[in-house]
Order: sequence, then C-alpha cells, then structure tokens
Amino acid sequence: MERSGAAGVMDDGRPIFLQIAELLESSILDGTLAEESQVPSTNELAAFHRINPATAAKGVNKLVDDGTLYKKRGIGMFVSSGARAKLRARRRDEFARQYVQPLVAEARKLGIDPAELKHMIDNWEETR
Amino acid sequence: MSPVVTVTDLTKRYGDVTALDRVSFTLAENRIYGLLGRNGAGKTTLMQLLTAQIFATSGEITVFGEHPYENERVLSRISFIKESQTYPSNLRVKHALRAAALVYPNWDEEYAQQLVEDLRLPLQRNVRKLSRGMLSALGIVIGLAARTPLTFFDEPYLGLDAVARQIFYDRLLADFTEQPRTIVLSTHLIDEVSDLIEHVLLIDQGRLLLDSETDALRGQVVTASGPVAAVDEFVRNGTELHRVRLGGTARATVRGDFGAAEHERARALGVDLVASSLQDIVVRLTTSSNGPAADAGSAVAADKEAVR
Repeated sequence: MERSGAAGVMDDGRPIFLQIAELLESSILDGTLAEESQVPSTNELAAFHRINPATAAKGVNKLVDDGTLYKKRGIGMFVSSGARAKLRARRRDEFARQYVQPLVAEARKLGIDPAELKHMIDNWEETR
Repeated sequence: MSPVVTVTDLTKRYGDVTALDRVSFTLAENRIYGLLGRNGAGKTTLMQLLTAQIFATSGEITVFGEHPYENERVLSRISFIKESQTYPSNLRVKHALRAAALVYPNWDEEYAQQLVEDLRLPLQRNVRKLSRGMLSALGIVIGLAARTPLTFFDEPYLGLDAVARQIFYDRLLADFTEQPRTIVLSTHLIDEVSDLIEHVLLIDQGRLLLDSETDALRGQVVTASGPVAAVDEFVRNGTELHRVRLGGTARATVRGDFGAAEHERARALGVDLVASSLQDIVVRLTTSSNGPAADAGSAVAADKEAVR
C-alpha cells in the first residue's frame, strides 16, 4: 500500500533506523559524505526525512557502534577514516546475494542457461 | 527515569458495556505515542481517564507520580485536545487563545501567533462559526503552543486538508525536537503518522492488543505470495494472520521475525515478500470479529472460510 502524507522518503517496511543507517552508508560510499566530514545531526535527519528524532538517533548510533562514524564530544558525528573502504568491502560481499542470486534464479525460471546469461551480461552495454 | 503515566489493570464499565478491560501500560518521558484502534475501541475513554475527566471502575492511574483527580499540580501539566471540543458562545478565536494562555504555564504566545498564521486561522471570527477544519486548527494551535509536558491529541484534524495536516506534522516534529515532551496522538490516519510515532499502543474492544516500539513492528508482518505449496512452507516459521487464494497461488499475511535470512529463504522458495505497513498491521490485527489475537487461530480459520 502506498503511503502518503507525512510519510516521505522511507519506503519499504523495514525498520526506519536501518534505512537511515543505509542512507548514510550510501552517502559515504558515493562520496557525498567524505571521510572526516561531519554528518547531519539527528534533528536534521529527523526533520529532513520526517521521522521521529529517536529513530534517527538509533540509525546514527548503529553506525557509531560498527565504527563507521565517531563522535566528537560537543560537536557532532563524523565519518571515520577508512570507513569508505570498509563499507565497499561489505557491500561487495552482499552484492552476490542481493543481485546475482535473484538474477540467476529468474534466468533459470525463464530457461536462460548460464552461458546465455553470461553472454547477456557481457553484451549489456551495447544492447542497451 | 520514572514514567510519566502508569496505568495498572484499568477497567471502565458503562452498565454492561466494558469500554476498557484491565489495561496496563506506562508512558515514558519525551516520547511520541500513537494510540491506535478502531472506532469505539476505547481510545477516548482511556484519554478521559488519564486526564481525570471520568472515573475508573477499577484499576490504578498515576500521572507524574500522583493521582490526577482534582489535582492541580498534575492537571496544569496536561493538555487534552479533543475531537469535538465545545466552546462558549460569542467567543472569538483570539479569546480562546487568550484563555489558553492563562491556563497553561508554558504557553508560548509567539509560537501560537506563528501557528495561527501558518494555519490561516481567522482571529476575529466567532469560534462557533468556524468550519470543522478551522476548529481542528484551533485545537492544534492550543495543543502545540501550550507546551505541556503531557499532551493528548484525540483525532486532532477532522476536516483539515492535507496541507494543514502536513503543517501540523512538521510543526509537531520540529517543536518536539526543540522542546521534548510526552505526546499521545490518537488517530485513524495511521500511515500519515507512522514515521512520527516512536511507540504504538493498539486498543481493540477495550483491550490493549499491542504495546510496542513502532520500528520494532516494521518487518514483523509480511505478505507472502506465490505457489500454494511454497507459501505453506514459508509460513511455517510464523503465525499466519490472513490468507487469500487464487487458483494455485496464495497470498498470506504472516507475523514473525523476518530478517535477512527469512528473506533469502522466501527467495529460494519462490515466494514474494512484501513488508506490511503499520496501517496494514493494525488492520490485520483488529479485523477479526471475535476479538483479540488471543484467539488468532480461530480468527484465521474464519478468514480462510470467508475466502472460499
């Protein structure tokens, strides 16, 4: 069911704090949030995404706990150095499960054999 | 931190109608609660009890650690914005606001004026001549500007258009961030508030059906669809709440713990998983005609029966 009104950016049914954490991770990965730069405050995140501040804080704290962010007392949260490389490694690990597995499963359902699938991938840029 | 509200075994009967049935919960400081449930579930009764407007049949209520009845110390820290607030005749909007300013010690006049402007409330107009939406807007201005440590909003936006509701949500969130307090929001527009409320209290037929963090509920209920055998296999790890069938395809609503592993299992089985919104969850949990989830088994059977 489509959500409306106050509901804004947060889409799927997973816990919002996880989605907040992933959004920050993605910003770090694509360089929008550079290492050693300050991340938006909990209140800014809450206002921007129209979510409860406590939920935003939980998302930020998740990243503090795993070392992606660190706290400068009295100033705010910052991106740890080395965070980008670590996130990249983790996302690469997840890539096979998140993208390749469903791709192969769907291909099998359609009777596309592995060789044909590989051919499709190799030639994807040209056929697009 | 001691709770702002503690309710123990609270029961309210009107003759042989039990409006609230042995309800117990606590409200913590500085949180936004969503009080959800169908019409007649007991939400308003509960808020009337907490604000000392009616007496309980049995059970205990403490608010700020004290009994609220005839207790000025407690009541001056509470505001209750009712769905159908009545005002004295010949009262203008500006008078209603002036009265509120006298009653609430934390009243913020500047903020009230800002809200009046945002919501385009006509100050000179007689309150009795306000439209339904404008009357709701007046309640919202008072409820927010009162800045009471405990604020109840009972369906605060009847007749309000989408723009005004969004203004309300945004102002509520911004103000809550700056001046944290405990807010109880009773509403039917669940999807609109699902990201704002930190905690859900769901009442059905006078009983407390859910008392949970909102975020914890997300992902706990999913809709699984696919071939019947695959869906059957998938739902074994959860509690089935509802099912519809179309030929060899089934769609089941399931409650359980659906983390990454379960999503993978669904994928392997060829089952499509869609997480339910808070509104869907509430609808699912309160649809059964013969009451709370205690009887989930027979409710599911009845649902299945109805589909055939």
